[in-house]
Amino acid sequence: MVRFLFRRLLSIIPVLAIVSIIVFLALRLGPGDPAAILAGDSATPEMVAAMRAHLGLDQSLPQQFLHWVVQIAHGDLGRSITSNQPVTTLVASRLQPTLALAIATIIFSILVATPLGVLAAWRRGTWVDNLASGGAVIGFALPAFVTGYLLVFVFALKLQWLPVQGFVPLSEGFWPFGRHLVLPTLTLSTIYIALITRVTRASMLEILGEDFVRTARAKGLPERVVLFRHALGNSAIPILSVIGIGIALLLGGVVVTESVFSIPGLGRLTVEAVVARDYPVVQGIIILFSGVYVLINLAVDISYAIFDPRISY
Amino acid sequence: MSTVVANSTSFRSTVSIMRRHPGLVFGLVVVAAMVLLAIAAPWLHTLDPTLIRPRMRLKPPSSEFWFGTDASGRDLWSRIAYGSRISLIVGASVASASLVIGLVIGMIAGAIRKLDGIIMRIMDGVMAIPAILLAIMVVSLFGAALQTVIIAITLPEIPRVVRLTRSVVLTVRGEAYVEAAISMGTPTQILMIRHILPNILAPVIVQATFTASAAILIEASLSFLGIGTPSEIPSWGNIMADGRNYFQMAPQLIIAPGLLVALTVLAVNILGDGLRDLLDPRLAKSVGDAR
Repeated sequence: MVRFLFRRLLSIIPVLAIVSIIVFLALRLGPGDPAAILAGDSATPEMVAAMRAHLGLDQSLPQQFLHWVVQIAHGDLGRSITSNQPVTTLVASRLQPTLALAIATIIFSILVATPLGVLAAWRRGTWVDNLASGGAVIGFALPAFVTGYLLVFVFALKLQWLPVQGFVPLSEGFWPFGRHLVLPTLTLSTIYIALITRVTRASMLEILGEDFVRTARAKGLPERVVLFRHALGNSAIPILSVIGIGIALLLGGVVVTESVFSIPGLGRLTVEAVVARDYPVVQGIIILFSGVYVLINLAVDISYAIFDPRISY
Repeated sequence: MSTVVANSTSFRSTVSIMRRHPGLVFGLVVVAAMVLLAIAAPWLHTLDPTLIRPRMRLKPPSSEFWFGTDASGRDLWSRIAYGSRISLIVGASVASASLVIGLVIGMIAGAIRKLDGIIMRIMDGVMAIPAILLAIMVVSLFGAALQTVIIAITLPEIPRVVRLTRSVVLTVRGEAYVEAAISMGTPTQILMIRHILPNILAPVIVQATFTASAAILIEASLSFLGIGTPSEIPSWGNIMADGRNYFQMAPQLIIAPGLLVALTVLAVNILGDGLRDLLDPRLAKSVGDAR
């Protein structure tokens, strides 16, 4: 177990290294001289050269890369070109809305999708299954901007139950915070629910055909226990891994959803930074999101080993 | 695969295939309709999609403007009809580019042991960056042009084709006929093209349909965010981006192109599911599950 943990931990190093090389190269080889941008429009060539030396851009690429990686390892993601604030400060100031949205979406999706998938597999071929499976196919194709605006149209403009857009921090009370989060969460959940429902149904179908399920039923266990303890417990691994892989979709969806609902989170920050060509901010956010994605999948992998005694490494 | 091709020559079995795979038919019909819309856009009661009419801002649907006009007085129906071209071009280009590049890299990884490790680590790294973010990074560096958008969306899709190709190569390489070919001294290139490529095509073509739908979705998302296809070109995402500030007055500016994106993505996905069931039911697990 300890050896497995160690090996799995080591395995994320090459992935993170490749991610940082890609992001680093993209920025250094891309057009535009960061030194010239930072020095300003009225800078003389000498000033640009001084700025280049100051930023370490006169060193060789591998040297620059090492320098940059050491910086990141110290939690320094560089400074924004437009506001001159540290990227970490900018990210921290936008973290709460994104975190709230992502956590609400993950919890809501799992709560809806797992029972739905179990039900669809249990009642295979009935209208319940058709509805759940068909809904999953449609949900998978619905872009966040379509779901988002349809929800706004119905629940905010016509029924006026919920606010159209915006975000209220938790410090201003749970009720306004929650009300503003409902529609974005529903929007972002659509694709995630579709994904989890599909995988839950598929792996439950497989497990429900196994001998031990027949045995459990034959010895007179209540169907509820058979379904949720025996069958769902044994389909946990594919479900967990799709929840982990789906985080990539979620992080991408955050960008669009925050834009639809004017939520001042990391997704909006990304778009603002791209429009302003603020490369260090774009770079920092991508490193952060990819790191989170890799770590969540690491956690998922480790959780298999903890929850499933059959897996020994 | 060969039986399918042989059967499909007769009309009756074509009908029976269509009956057994209704999704395939639905997908094909919708995709064909979209292609028709894209090609025939100039003759489908459309006007100049970029013509600005300051006196005709935000008009409701009428016989002249089927879907009404946008905030600059441009005809929404014409913009949507012409916009289908961008979605189809992006979907088709990204699917074929990632298919070809992914096939080549995947076959190299599967065939040459020395390169396998390094290639697959690079692919893992690319896949660790969420697709839209990688596309956003590329677009932010090289600016918005249609070619840039296509490259930006292709990049994150390549690793999926590589992984799939490599896994098929590794499976096929153990087959007796391949070992026989190797023992007869068949050069690697010929081995790849004659014996391995035919086995990879079916799963990779299925993957390509899923890639196309993902590409259409990402292009629309990027354009919706205002960082995709240049705003002067009518694309579904751009129409939505332009309509955002007028959603309360004219919801059709977003709902109409949005639903078309959804319908196209849905149809291409269902087409992919149908192709997968038709070409190889065993694939159901390995392709297109979690993208």
